[in-house]
Formats: sequence, structure tokens, C-alpha cells
Amino acid sequence: MSFLLAQFLSGLAQASSLFLVASGLSIIFGVTRIVNFAHGSFYMIGAYAACWVALTVDSAAGFWGGIAAGALAAGILGAVMERGLLRRLYRSPELFQLLATFGVVLVVQDAVLALWGPEDLLGPRAPGLTGRVRLWGQPVPLYDLFLMVLGPVVFAGLWLLFHKTRWGVLVRAATEDREMTAALGVNQSHLFTAVLFLGCLLAGLGGALQIPRGSVNLHMDMAMVVEAFVVVVVGGLGSVGGAFLAALLIGQLQAFGILIFPEITLVLVFLVMAVVLVLRPYGLLGRPPVEARGGEAGPVLRPAPPWAGWMAAGGVAALACAPLVAGDYALLVLTETLILVLFAASLHLLMGPGGMVSFGHAAWFGLGAYAAALVFRHLGLGLAVGLPAAPLLAAAGALVAGWFCVRLSGVYLAMLTLAFAQILWSVAFQWTAVTGGDNGILGVWPGGPFAARWAYYELTLALVVAGVVALRRVVFAPFGWTLRAGRDSPLRAEALGIDVRRHQWMAFTAAGAFAGLAGGLDAFAKGSVFPTHLDISTSVDGLVMVLLGGVQTLAGPLVGAVVFHGLETEMLRHVPYWRAVLGGIIIVLVLAFPQGIVGALSHRFGRSRDS
Amino acid sequence: MTVLSVSGLAKAYGGVQAVRGVSFTLAAGEMLALIGPNGAGKSTCFNMLNGQVRPDAGSVKLLGREIAGLPPRAVWRLGVGRTFQITATFAAMTVVENVQMALLSHHRRLLGWWRPAARLYRDEAMALLERVGMGAQADRPAAVLAYGDLKRLELALALANGPALLLMDEPAAGMAPAEREALMRLTASLAREQGVAVLFTEHDMDAVFAHAHRILVMHQGALIAEGTPAAVRADPQVQAVYLGSGALFGGGAA
Repeated sequence: MSFLLAQFLSGLAQASSLFLVASGLSIIFGVTRIVNFAHGSFYMIGAYAACWVALTVDSAAGFWGGIAAGALAAGILGAVMERGLLRRLYRSPELFQLLATFGVVLVVQDAVLALWGPEDLLGPRAPGLTGRVRLWGQPVPLYDLFLMVLGPVVFAGLWLLFHKTRWGVLVRAATEDREMTAALGVNQSHLFTAVLFLGCLLAGLGGALQIPRGSVNLHMDMAMVVEAFVVVVVGGLGSVGGAFLAALLIGQLQAFGILIFPEITLVLVFLVMAVVLVLRPYGLLGRPPVEARGGEAGPVLRPAPPWAGWMAAGGVAALACAPLVAGDYALLVLTETLILVLFAASLHLLMGPGGMVSFGHAAWFGLGAYAAALVFRHLGLGLAVGLPAAPLLAAAGALVAGWFCVRLSGVYLAMLTLAFAQILWSVAFQWTAVTGGDNGILGVWPGGPFAARWAYYELTLALVVAGVVALRRVVFAPFGWTLRAGRDSPLRAEALGIDVRRHQWMAFTAAGAFAGLAGGLDAFAKGSVFPTHLDISTSVDGLVMVLLGGVQTLAGPLVGAVVFHGLETEMLRHVPYWRAVLGGIIIVLVLAFPQGIVGALSHRFGRSRDS
Repeated sequence: MTVLSVSGLAKAYGGVQAVRGVSFTLAAGEMLALIGPNGAGKSTCFNMLNGQVRPDAGSVKLLGREIAGLPPRAVWRLGVGRTFQITATFAAMTVVENVQMALLSHHRRLLGWWRPAARLYRDEAMALLERVGMGAQADRPAAVLAYGDLKRLELALALANGPALLLMDEPAAGMAPAEREALMRLTASLAREQGVAVLFTEHDMDAVFAHAHRILVMHQGALIAEGTPAAVRADPQVQAVYLGSGALFGGGAA
């Protein structure tokens, strides 16, 4: 019994820091409607800065000063990000804002690496709070008690700030209705900068306070941003009280989950999120979002002119001849690029015509890859069975997940897709007996007639071209029209006899199948499958490829995949700090081409929108 | 022939009884206007008729078949077209594509995934657009249309399934007077020539009194009067509700 109590207290301490970070994220989203992917980066900055100050000035003043410095540094950098970057993007589609903050994630990762090196930092213990007290016979770290108190204190402080100050009232008003607040003469510009400062300050504080509890490392940004998203989504976007409640829930879940189901602690959190979202689609204390006014409609999609079709056919023919001149390494790169093209094209079906943003498309890519690898490892069967199994298993998974996902929209939908991807990732990671865990499954080579690199390349080319052509046809076929209709106006679509959800569900499954095919191809191309196939960075890669190319164009994802893979793998492999360079390029591209590369080109040179 | 027969329709939002016991019938070829001050419950009534809002009580019969509680898409399949007070069209599609979309749904051709949709039912869609006077704008994106044109596009969409009943929520709001009159005349001819039963709400009393065969007056969720335009205009209760607006009394002179 007393042991459970200690576990409970540890969960409370965990909840406090979760709450700090998540409340910041929630406040930023509430007011600016920007999903700040870089929130974990500010958490990491806070931790590193605090740790550095505390280690440099080795005293109590150094420790507490470091905490303050970490929080302030994060807050100031958040304000700088708002002034320099986000400010220019408030009118862009929300996905571009997301992409821009993802660029910041990459830049911050390398900046931190450059400043503090790749080694984990171990911060000092909190002076005066190093001991333990015995509560009901169990030792409880004093620092945990301190955190436990701090969480509610910050919550109370935020409540006072938002309910008792003029500034706080303005923030709440802007959260309710941004346009109306602006129309009433509130200077949004200062308000937004201040909100970013506050939100990032809280993230930095959360990070700084973590230094006595664990190592400070370069992976803490992504780990935290995913957890903070879960808390925010479970609590309800924009609701600080919801974030508090959800942080308590998730903190306890982690504390007790590790006792009861040590193998599936990772799954547990995402399962709870999925359940909450299905039962309460807007989170525990959230409300349906107010539709922002003045959203601009995308351009009308028109079939490409015949010459473009001939050019594409010529391009494919040229690619088919590539083995005549290219070496094995070049062919591998081409194979990988083709696979990414199919992956991006499948995601585009969801995001473009479907209007459904997925943060977890890697789930289906990875599921396909694992299907191929598992068939190989456990049944001893090769490509002939493994490759067809890939899209089938992925489609089956997407069919199940899709049933839940299409009940939601916008950021909530995106988070639920992420939840499913994370669940699959944790299964792959923790179910070592079947999946090999972190060591993955090796030796998955195509064998037989496709053993040669060139032969497998030709197979990949054929399947990818078939997939891309099918995905393209579908957009102009009745099914694609139906999806676009449901995206443009669900109200009208339903009034015209269209079951919008059902069609979205079918699209979700189809997109999963194509991503699974890409995953299966990838497994045999590389000969190995790891949990990274399923992880969030793979999903983000897909998002970046689609957004880079342009969501509302059909060639966009193809160009995006080629550009992204080219940038990431080939050019930047030899550049130190390639992440920062890639992040910088993404930021510049977003600022220069808010409609994506292809979108911008066709806007510049193409047919005008109103013929 | 009775197309629509409504009885005892009711809906409450929290403590507010938005619609209380509304009953009426509508015959084929008839133009029935539903009028009343803002907040009288007209739109709630409309939304219950096409399934967007589930009634708390009451029955809605379309050609003798109970449709209360069915979702909008099922109601549409049974032959009910509707236009929205705030237009709802597919912004990133062209005008003719919008109508083709409606026709694809009507002909249950939504699942095709290979043959381009652009060629399907284009002629039929163009014919509908010509009817509402939108033929010249067929290839413009719906996103760039003027408001009055959107209203006409909505009418074309509502007609795509050859409806027995047409629900028009403020069909002419936001249109220029000449356009408005043309749209109402077009609607009247649909009722007359094709026997479509039309139920419409409208704030413009000129349009109501010029075109409605019968008028229902709603106030605070209940019907307070029903009858021919002349009878409704003479009704003292209606005059009390509208007193001061002048709308009803100016109608005859205009």
C-alpha cells in the first residue's frame, strides 16, 4: 500500500513538469492557432542552459540561477521565433506553420549540439533538496515533493494571470475569437509575442527543472514534444485546466503503468489518448474549435496537359534505362528516392484531396516493412509473399485506425494518427521476441530474380510508377471528387447524399495500403527493418516532403520527395550540421513559397486561377 | 398530392424551446413561404426537415414516408433538395464540377477510381446550369463567384436529384433586387412546370407576397398564422408581431 503511495507521489512529480511544458504549448496554440512543433526544443534549451549555468557556477545560486536562466532563455528565443518567423506565417495554412516550427526543431538540435556537444550532460542535484523524506515508510525524494508543489503553484499563477489581469483577459478573448479581439482594437502583434514568450518560458522552466532528475541529452526535444502533445490533446487544445488534468492522468499512468504492464508502458499512454479522443473528440475540457474566418480555398485541380503526360512517360523511360549507366550505389539511392515518392504520394491522398493531416503516416509505411520482414523471418518466405503482404497488412491496420481517425478533424485527427503510429512503434520496439526490438530484423533481401540491384530497382520503378499513376487517376475520378467535396464542404456533401466519413475512411485505408507497399519495397531495398520505420521522424519526413512540394498540387509530393531526399541524404551527408542547414532551408522555403515549390511555380507560370 | 406533411415538430436547445409543435402540409407544385422575425425558429425547422437537426418530437412525412431523424444524405436520396442560408459549395471545384458532383452522387457513381469524372454527366450538369442562368460561368472556380451567383449554383445543386421537395433557406438573401426577382420567378416556374413542392424562408416580403401561394408565420417557435398572402396580411396577430417593421404593410403598395 505504502509502495503504491510512493509511486503515486512520483507520478505527481512527473505530472508537474509535464504540466509546465504542456500548458505552454496549449496557451500558444489557443491564441495563435499555431501547432508549435518546436516546443520540445525550447524545453531542451531550458534544460541545457540551466545545466550549463549550474555546472559553471557551482553553488546554490548557480543552480537556482540556472533554472531561471534556462526558462528565460527559452522564453526570449520563443519571442524571437515569433517576431522573426511565425509573424510572417499567420495567414499561411496551418500546416506551413507546422513545417516552419519543424525547421526550428532541426536548427535548434544542431545549435545545441554545436554549443554543448554530443555527450549527455548530468546536472547537479538541487542544493538543499538532495535528501529524501520518509512518508508512510517509503523514501520520497525531497526534490519530487518540491516539483509536486510547484505544479499546482504554477497552475494557480496562470489562473490568476488569465483571470485577474487585463493581459490575461485579452489572451482568453483571443483564444475564444481571434478576429473579434483584433476588431476590438487589441494589438495582436504584442499579444502574440508575449504569448510565445510565456509559453516557451514555461517549456524552458519544465526543462530546467528536469536536470536533477535525469540526463540532459539531444533526444529530449522530440520525446517531450510528443508527450506534451498527448497531454494537450487529452486535456483539450487551449485549455490550461485541461492540460493540468491530463498531466495528472498521464503522470499517474506512467508511474503505475511501469508496475503493471512494464512491456507496454509506451502503448498505454497512447491508448488512453485514443480512448479519450474517441469518447470526447475535443479532449477532456476542450470545446469544438471556432472556425477561423476568411480561410482561402485551394486552387481548382486541373488534369495535366497531354505534353506533361508525355514528359512524365519520357522521364519514366529514362529512369528505366538508368541501370545502363548508374552504379550500384546510385541505383540504391534512386530506389530509395522512388520509395519515398510513393510514400509521399500516398500521404498526399490523405492531406490534399482528403483534407486529413496525418502525423503518423509512418505507421503504415512501417507496418508494410514489418509485414515483409516478418513473413521472411517467421515463415521463411521471400519477396513473392512478403511484398504482397506489405500493403495488405498496412491496409488492415489503416482500416482499424481509420475508423477512429475519421471521426475527428484537424489537429485532433493528426494527433490520433500519431497515437496509432506510436502504439505500433512501441509494439515493434518492445515485442522483442517477434520483431527483434531495437535490433530490428536483418537479412531481408529480395533473392531470386530480383537479387541483383538493377533488377530490384526496375521492380521498384514499375510498382512506384503504377502506384503513383493510380493515386493520380483517383484524384480525378469520382472517388477523388467525392473526397474533395467532403473536404471543401462537409455540410453540402452530406446534403448531396455523400457519406463523407465513409469515403474518408476508404481513402485512409487506401493511403495506408500504398504507404505499406512503399514500406515493403523499402524493407527489401535495405535488407533490414527497424522500429525507426515507424517512428515520428519518418512521419515528419513524409509531411515535409508533401508540404515542401505543395499540398494542393499533384506533382508536389513527387518533387518534394526528390528534393527532400536529395537534400537530406546526398548533399547534406557531407555537410557538418546538416540538420541546421536542412532546417534553415525549410524555413527559407516556407517563407518564400507558402504554397510549396510546385504550388509557387504553377502560381507564377501556370494558368491563372480564374480562367 | 401531399408531398410533405409535418406534425407536432419540436426542438429545444437547453431551456429554449426553439420550435414548438409545428404542423403543416405542402402539396406538389405549391410555393409555401415560412416567415417570421429573426429567432422565430425558421432555420431550426428547416434543419429538422432535411435531417441536419434531430427533432425532439414530431413527425415529418415525405410522400407518406417518415423521414424524421434520418441523416441529411438519406433525406436527399429520398428526393429533397436544399439550399443553405449561408451558401455551402465546393470552393476548390469549378461551377460545373460542383453540379457534376451532385449528379455523380445522384447516380451513385461515387466510387469510381480510374475513369476521369470530368466527362461524366457534364451535359446534364450544363443543362442544370443553363436553367439557373449560370451556363456562362461553368468553368470558373466556385471560390471566386459573386454571392448571388453562389445562390444560383446552390439552386442547381439542389435540383440535381430531381427533387420532389425543395427547401430554400433565404434563397435570395444578398442578391440585387433584379436578380432576386429572377431567381424567385425561376423557382416559381419549377414548381408550376415540374410540380416541385417548394418551402422557402425569406426576409424580403416583396418576394414572399409576390410568389408564395401560401404563407406560414412563425413566432417564438410556434406557427401563429397560416393562409393565403391576403389572409396573412390581414391577420391581426401577424400585424402585431411585425408591427413597426412596416415590411408587411409596404408589401401591397410596392
